[in-house]
Amino acid sequence: MGKPNDLVQGTLDLLILKTISLEPMHGWAIAKRIQQVSGEVLQVQQGSLYPALHRLEQQAWIKAKWAESETGRQAKFYSLTSAGRAQLEKESANWSRLSAAINLVVSEA
Amino acid sequence: MRWFGLIAMKTRMLFRRSDAGERLDDELRFHLERQIAENVATGMSPDQARYAALRAFGNPALLRDQARAKWNWHGAEQVIRDVRYGMRTLRRTPGFAIIAVLVMALGIGANVALFTVVRSVVLKPLPFKDPDRLMMLYESSPKDYPYNIVSGGMYAEWNKYNESFSSLALVQDSENAVAAAGGQLPEKLSSAKVSWNLLTTLGVAPALGRDFTADDDMLAANGTVLLGWSLWKRRFGADRGIVNRTIYIDAKPYTVAGVMPEWFAYPRPDTQMWTPVYHENPAEIMAMVDNHMFRVVGRLKPGVSAEQGKADLSVISRRVFDAHRDLAFVNPGANIRPLLEHMVGPVKRPLYVLLAATGCLLLIACMNVANLLVARAVSRRKEQAIRTAMGGGRLRLLRERLMESLLLSAAGGALGLVLAYGALEWLVRSRHDMTRVESIHIDAIVVVFTVGVIALCALFAGLVSALTIRDKALLTTLQESSRYASGSQARATLRRVLLTVEVGLTVVLLTGAGLLLKSYERLRGTDVGCATENVLTMRIGLPGARYKTPGPAPVNFFDTMLARVRALPGVDQAGLATAVPGQGWWEDDGFSVVEHPALPQGQALDALTRWADPGYFAAMGIPLLRGRTFNDSLRLEQAREVIISEKLAKSFFPGEDPLGKHIKTGGDSWSAGGKIYTIVGVVGDMRYDIGEAPKETKYFSLQDGTENYGTLVIRSSRDVETLALPVQRVIQGMDRDLPVADVLTMNQLLGKGTLDASFNTTLLTGFAALSLILAAVGLFGVLSYIAAQRTWEIGIRLALGARREQVLGKMLSDGLRPALAGLTLGLAASAEVSRLMRDMLYETRPLDPMVFVTVSATLLIVAALACLVPAWRASRVDPMQALRTE
Repeated sequence: MGKPNDLVQGTLDLLILKTISLEPMHGWAIAKRIQQVSGEVLQVQQGSLYPALHRLEQQAWIKAKWAESETGRQAKFYSLTSAGRAQLEKESANWSRLSAAINLVVSEA
Repeated sequence: MRWFGLIAMKTRMLFRRSDAGERLDDELRFHLERQIAENVATGMSPDQARYAALRAFGNPALLRDQARAKWNWHGAEQVIRDVRYGMRTLRRTPGFAIIAVLVMALGIGANVALFTVVRSVVLKPLPFKDPDRLMMLYESSPKDYPYNIVSGGMYAEWNKYNESFSSLALVQDSENAVAAAGGQLPEKLSSAKVSWNLLTTLGVAPALGRDFTADDDMLAANGTVLLGWSLWKRRFGADRGIVNRTIYIDAKPYTVAGVMPEWFAYPRPDTQMWTPVYHENPAEIMAMVDNHMFRVVGRLKPGVSAEQGKADLSVISRRVFDAHRDLAFVNPGANIRPLLEHMVGPVKRPLYVLLAATGCLLLIACMNVANLLVARAVSRRKEQAIRTAMGGGRLRLLRERLMESLLLSAAGGALGLVLAYGALEWLVRSRHDMTRVESIHIDAIVVVFTVGVIALCALFAGLVSALTIRDKALLTTLQESSRYASGSQARATLRRVLLTVEVGLTVVLLTGAGLLLKSYERLRGTDVGCATENVLTMRIGLPGARYKTPGPAPVNFFDTMLARVRALPGVDQAGLATAVPGQGWWEDDGFSVVEHPALPQGQALDALTRWADPGYFAAMGIPLLRGRTFNDSLRLEQAREVIISEKLAKSFFPGEDPLGKHIKTGGDSWSAGGKIYTIVGVVGDMRYDIGEAPKETKYFSLQDGTENYGTLVIRSSRDVETLALPVQRVIQGMDRDLPVADVLTMNQLLGKGTLDASFNTTLLTGFAALSLILAAVGLFGVLSYIAAQRTWEIGIRLALGARREQVLGKMLSDGLRPALAGLTLGLAASAEVSRLMRDMLYETRPLDPMVFVTVSATLLIVAALACLVPAWRASRVDPMQALRTE
């Protein structure tokens, strides 16, 4: 797995929102964090990451600020808006319900 | 809460877009740098790290576009970018752009102009209240006269007994002279005698003053008149005090009751005065049931259908017919048509034909522009291949093509709208006799139509040229050198197909124009039965108040006038008649032949009636076949001679000599008692209307004093138009208040009668010529393109020994093949289309072989000429040059 199309758009949104709910991050860090936390399973390609980030920003779920990064260069840091936080909870709940349902079906002996 | 953020985001994206674009670049660059750093950290060399990072990163331009695609206002940004790009590419080739815009402007302009005319004249409802309830009513004799005008007596019966109409009104076209006043010359004007309820029937109120009342519409009432708006402005200085003032019409005093609104034009476009009909006509005439003089307009009651109205009136007509079996000219039935249909029925077919012609012209223009676009696309195929390889989608290219054609169409459409406006202004000014011409305006619907047409043209031209986008052959396109253009075969076929269709449409237009031209030529060339060269005519009407009929006053006036006119230097002959050939039907009356057995009751013979002075036939050039003209010394009651036309002699005196026999007028209540006339001469037939067959005519002597109007005819061997002023001065000298109307040469008078035909013919010929030019230009372009593509191949052929003439011949045949195909298609289509035009043709068969042959020859010659230049250039190619150049 790793091809951009394998991650459905909605799922990528959830991952991004969750990742930056802890602290503001730039795009590179978000991708790295997702990769890390998922145990190298989920690798987000740039081709889907930045369109997703920009879409979320245009929809005002997340907001961006340019600040100095850990390397000393300027980078664009994304953080959740309050509306984004509410959206995150909603999507998490949805995902739990969905995955539980799938699990039930799949684990039917 | 989120709304606020959304709006802030949208605003920022609208106004700080370039900023955001730069930031996006920075963001992506940052990511790339981090990836490279990570690669280096895992042990790669800086170069390897960079390559690996870039490979993983993908196409930066594509990435940027994908991110930007998520931004707000992305759609709008794309459209604006396409427009800017389209304008830039068009500006680089200004010649192409200008030609394309002009071609579009012509096509769209013609279409819009004609659509406006059709919409205003044929489709728009009449400007009256509830116009779909207004009907035109006719008397009807099913076999001979299904739509006859109405008699006063029948109208009175209809009015009294009908149940279906809320009101019925009478209209009679007329002409009146307004007296000289305040330094202005006397003037003869189109007018109408109407029943007092005409305006209420139509649902119109005067703009100033008041409408007629029933009291005005009586013989004994004081004369009242309603004035037209432009007459009021022009002759009475738009003076609001005109109401209740007295003006003199036909030497009689009339009180001005009111002024009509500016837009009102009924019954004719140039009617300027309305007077009450019962006041103007003697009571006996208004009571007659067999003297058909009037048109009747009716408003149906709500819920009543036209059929019911017709049935209702037919019953009344039948009753009157049965009660008057002794009269020959009573019609037993009634007929009905919507008022709009009555007014525009005759012009519908020609207008639709012209509209179809402009449609063809527009199609040809679009195809020409499509052809031009295809040529451009071909010359840019390398550029487009590269762009496709870099990730620009096929949709993107299609959008650009459409944008280009949209820009061209929009510019052409705007220019076309201006052209249409100008053309319509000219039309309204030059054809103010045309039905409903006053209602021709460019309004909102026309503008919407224009926009629609522009969009359609853009789509058509753009999509056709977009058919040439094939990104499958990408690699070949990139690799091929421009001299070996095998991939462009498909495009050449496309252009040839376009051309074939263009030529086909052009042939259809040419055939239509050719048929109309031939028909018009036949029409104008018809022998009207009299002299037409060097003949001047003018109409005179003596006011009844001062020249009572019957009586000696008009006879004396005409005698003196003719004597003085004949004495003028340059006048060879002069004569006077109530109406000359080509002036229309005017009057017909029933009669019987004394020497023949009596006809059964209720039947009578019928012929046109004219009054003429003894010198008329010689002056008019109507040949005197037998007998003599009127005896000059017989006046008033003693003038009981009649001259008949040849057709009358053949129809009613077959196989016998009519001279010396007698006719008795009567059979209608008009001449109760009937006078007896002696036939003294037979003259040649004449046509009362150009384009109509001659009808039996009888001429009475003007010297019987019953008529006080007529058309003066002057013949001269010199330029007859120079005599107009001297003759008018003679008449003015005899009576200062006598206006003279319609001073026209015979040719001009006949031209008036063929005005519609000449107008339609001129327009259609113009369209056909335009389309021929466009098709020729198209042919020229396509063949030049083909020749340019095959320069290399031609060079080889020439180097291998082919003769230049062979190359020329081959190129010519290549170019003429689509032309021939188009010609065949076009001829087949014309055969069908010309059948639809049958009504518009005069003595011309729709499948006239001469026309078809001429059209084919014209097209082939023009096509050959158009192909000649590129073919010639192709044969002049220097083989060494051709082989060396790319």
